[in-house]
Amino acid sequence: MDRLLGIDRRIIFIFVAAAITIPLIIRFELPVPATKDVKGIYDKINSLPDDSHILISFDYDPASKEELQPMAIALLHHCFRKNVKVIGMTLNPGGSGLADKAITEAGEEYNKKYKEDYVFLGYKTGVELVMINMGENIYSAFPNDFNGNPTADLPVLKGVQSLHDFDYVIDLASGSSIEAWIAFAKEKYKFDLGAGCTAVISPDMYPFLQSDQLNGLMSGLKGAAEYETLINRKSSAVAGMSPQSAVHVLVVLFILFGNTLYFLSGRKK
Amino acid sequence: MIKNREVSITTWILVAFCIINIFFLVTGKLGFDAKGLGIITAVAFTLAMYSFLYKDNPVFKIAENLFVGVAMGYWIIITWFNILKPDVFETLIVPFFNDTGNAPQYIVIIPTLLGIFMLLRFSTKLSWLSRWSFAFVVGLGAGITIPNFIHAFILKQLSFDLLITSNILDNINTFLILLGVVSVLIYFFFSMEHKGVIGGVSKIGVWYLMIAFGASFGFTVMARMSLLIGRIQFLVRDWLGLIQ
Repeated sequence: MDRLLGIDRRIIFIFVAAAITIPLIIRFELPVPATKDVKGIYDKINSLPDDSHILISFDYDPASKEELQPMAIALLHHCFRKNVKVIGMTLNPGGSGLADKAITEAGEEYNKKYKEDYVFLGYKTGVELVMINMGENIYSAFPNDFNGNPTADLPVLKGVQSLHDFDYVIDLASGSSIEAWIAFAKEKYKFDLGAGCTAVISPDMYPFLQSDQLNGLMSGLKGAAEYETLINRKSSAVAGMSPQSAVHVLVVLFILFGNTLYFLSGRKK
Repeated sequence: MIKNREVSITTWILVAFCIINIFFLVTGKLGFDAKGLGIITAVAFTLAMYSFLYKDNPVFKIAENLFVGVAMGYWIIITWFNILKPDVFETLIVPFFNDTGNAPQYIVIIPTLLGIFMLLRFSTKLSWLSRWSFAFVVGLGAGITIPNFIHAFILKQLSFDLLITSNILDNINTFLILLGVVSVLIYFFFSMEHKGVIGGVSKIGVWYLMIAFGASFGFTVMARMSLLIGRIQFLVRDWLGLIQ
């Protein structure tokens, strides 16, 4: 009993690695039905007419790439299929490379033109101050795009003066930027806001769904997989769902195993 | 003895890693270009970071320090090209020394000086100047944050139109949230002894807290496993080519 209770943690790591690697290699697929929260974002983008403007804020860095990049890619594919104009930006300096790569690659796949159909405005420091500045005048907040082009001359931004003019704004966040978007931008400048976030912070975001401060929410890799299913473009997030399920079963078994041994050993006394 | 064994394990892993990559490069599975070499570098660092799961080791330390250094370098470059160059250098310094057709924007001097003052915390003689910057940041931050947060996170959440909807399940959900808020607040109300009705309601609050902690932990497990899935996907797909 004591031997089992004092099991080397590296044995557990081996089980976890196996629970992830084996389902990835043998590739069994589990259904990934879309939840109401993820459908909120999908339906909103679907309802937009051609040439509408969507702002996507890529507020994450490589540490959260595995959860948020699949979301970003799925969203971009949906936007470009719908002929929506995409304006990207980031409030996280580590996010600029990921955002630029995602927008450019997705845009090229649909033969979209930079500056006409999509643009990446780059990074600005200040979070809430940037939002307030964008709410007053987007050209003042971002005089140039990521490549140094003056934003005032960009055809993609025609008809957009401030945050209020965007048909939809989506924040992909690994930190507290969703709350900032709600408090400093959405409530003040009145626009529809959706969000994608890491699974760690998603429990904190659910109250904003019920109050309609967010019209949709994608949480973690599961949210990305649901979106991939909705747009019928199954990629890395859907592929990650079978190992995710396998490892969750393993964690539950470990919890049951550990607690059973704990009580059987009589340590409660 | 143990140290010798660990050195030999590390050496053998490095040798195996080199042989595998040379094989991939020779057979053309990985290109001898920026992409191929990038994948090999990323794989090396991924394995170096996960080597910590065995135990702390010099390979992990090297990778950890390199990550911090590279991240900082990247952050500085992005900040220079996205903020300092367009907002300070090109609007204030360049027009001041050259005739660009635009007048220097002297207003930029104020935030620039406040930013420089922040860095003076490292100076024992001039660190007092950093208080001006902090006073500005704290004053501005509080002024902007307090009213917006009260409106967005308290008043909006208290809004009456959230309470009753046409959907019975939504109404049950709302009632459960209300019960949760009240019972948890009563649990943290220490001016009365937790006995009788107060004790019962505070017990409900404890249950709510436990469920919330459990949900948070579950989401955290999901997030951490997602990161591991992403890395293993990279190893078996982009490096080993076992899946498409």
